[in-house]
Amino acid sequence: MSDAATVRGARELFRSRARSATDLCRDAIARIESLDPALHAFNTVVSEQAMARAHAIDEEFDRWRDAPLAGVPVALKDNLCTRGIRTTASSRILEHYVPPYDATVVSRLAAAGAIVVGKTNCDEFAMGSSNETSAFGPARNPWALDRIPGGTSGGSAAAIAARLTPLALGSDTGGSIRQPAALCGVIGLKPTYGRVSRFGLIAHASSLDQIGPLTRTVHDAALALEVLAGADPADATSAATPVPPYTAALTGEVRGVRVGVPRSLLEQGVDGDVSRALTAALDTLQARGATLVDVELPYAKYAIPVYYLVSTAEASSNLARYDGVRYGFRANPEPRMPNPDLRQMYAQTRARGFGPEVKRRIMLGTYVLSAGYYDAYYLKAQQVRTLILRDYEHAFQGSGAVDAIAMPTSPTPAFRIGERMSDPLQMYLADVFTVSANLAGLPAISIPCGFTRDRLPVGLQLTGRPFDEATLLRIADAYERDAPWWKEAPPILSAQPAGRDPDSRDRRNPPDHE
Amino acid sequence: MVAFAMPTILTREQVTAIAALAHLELDAAELDLFSRQLGSILDYANQVQQIDTTGVPPTASLVPRQTTDRPDTVGPSLDIADTLANAPDADRTRLEGGFFKVPRVIG
Repeated sequence: MSDAATVRGARELFRSRARSATDLCRDAIARIESLDPALHAFNTVVSEQAMARAHAIDEEFDRWRDAPLAGVPVALKDNLCTRGIRTTASSRILEHYVPPYDATVVSRLAAAGAIVVGKTNCDEFAMGSSNETSAFGPARNPWALDRIPGGTSGGSAAAIAARLTPLALGSDTGGSIRQPAALCGVIGLKPTYGRVSRFGLIAHASSLDQIGPLTRTVHDAALALEVLAGADPADATSAATPVPPYTAALTGEVRGVRVGVPRSLLEQGVDGDVSRALTAALDTLQARGATLVDVELPYAKYAIPVYYLVSTAEASSNLARYDGVRYGFRANPEPRMPNPDLRQMYAQTRARGFGPEVKRRIMLGTYVLSAGYYDAYYLKAQQVRTLILRDYEHAFQGSGAVDAIAMPTSPTPAFRIGERMSDPLQMYLADVFTVSANLAGLPAISIPCGFTRDRLPVGLQLTGRPFDEATLLRIADAYERDAPWWKEAPPILSAQPAGRDPDSRDRRNPPDHE
Repeated sequence: MVAFAMPTILTREQVTAIAALAHLELDAAELDLFSRQLGSILDYANQVQQIDTTGVPPTASLVPRQTTDRPDTVGPSLDIADTLANAPDADRTRLEGGFFKVPRVIG
């Protein structure tokens, strides 16, 4: 029987007319209404608009029957512009912003027959690692409601894990798709820089940002990427590289595939349960025919400082546009000031519109770009970025080259809400294994690889060659066939009377393959 | 090799100067918080200073191959009414559809 909580399942139900787009959409909205008060995965739900769209698709069934995402409910991170739907980036400064245009990915989803049901919670301007910097309060992890879902695409990851929609989009500047995917036990794919158009993505750090899908299965991520990828005249950094049929790459075959493991990088700071899950996942890949190879990434340990110098510099420039003039919040001048001028309006608008983490990063970025410090910080960071890039090039090329590099996605499972908010530096360290893929522009995927003893999901990250998402997806899918963790249901679903997955029998081992 | 010592803590005066550059009005508590936090983040970031980058070119962007050219043809633009609808202050009656308004710039 098809599972409506996967893209493949929803699509099959629609095509076979077992369920209409209206049925699928109504079910998704009902799940959101039932579970989202506890999860806070959504900033905005557009029930009426979604139902109207679903009805229109059903009215023209023959036209939509073969569309790749026909009838599939989708959740969009709230930093992706949607014409006529409020888009906040989880910031007070954009709380009432209604974009006059759609992001390219939104147009592509619409053309593929998908139905937007709402906009998901995230860290403010996608700055954070826990979803806690959202001006509207954090989303929560479906596996443990007192814990973070990860960030910054935390609402999207929570929505997929709780089966609210089968597909969500996120954006990833330093791990913001992969880390929440790992902490919520779902698939998260950050494509190669340039693979997916960024037009209509509210910019955080333009040389690092990339949009990608969050799904329950690798197949669904491959299918979504087929829809999302491709050149876009509106984004000069989008690549003309042909888009292969990613779903056709999912052969289950990994014999001869070489998977690199940067063991020296993994020696410190990785939680014991995460480490054990990673080892077990690598054993599974090896048993299926992959070869494990030690690789060295000597400069990867500098990725965090480089990332926070480069990304904050870019962010301080990108966020200069929020000045209370063309869109967003404007602070009224203080009554005590007799002649408020433009500069005071800017400074007060930004002081009240931005939250603490965004201010902190604007300040840091402004500092590292300022006269006298540019060479020491920003230029130096860009040079070390080159060295990090060369590490990966070396691993992926020449004799002993590997096809993918495996790491944990996050060094720890989901931490408790509030646990790290007082120490920004401690929060930044959550990104230690994810940021280098952004600095090097490489594709990377996080796939569920088990649970801790506390029943918190653990993610395996695979990083690949530029524009070779197909190989990453093939390896991930092969692993998933032997370890279908995606069938495990979080406890929040156990309270639901209908439509839940059967409870797993063994807490530490994957359920049987169907 | 850098010619000046890296700060381990930013003074309130430095933080005030950065805030002015960034068009951010900070209160006294934020000045104290940021001078401490930015100092500790920069301290951590200073580990990149140990790396020998002699002759290493900077990577500013990863734009694949070459940027794309396109014909310079006129296409549809944003709807003026939709666009001005987001403005905190606007005049919608003059200048072919309207304009954004800002506080007085010249006394």
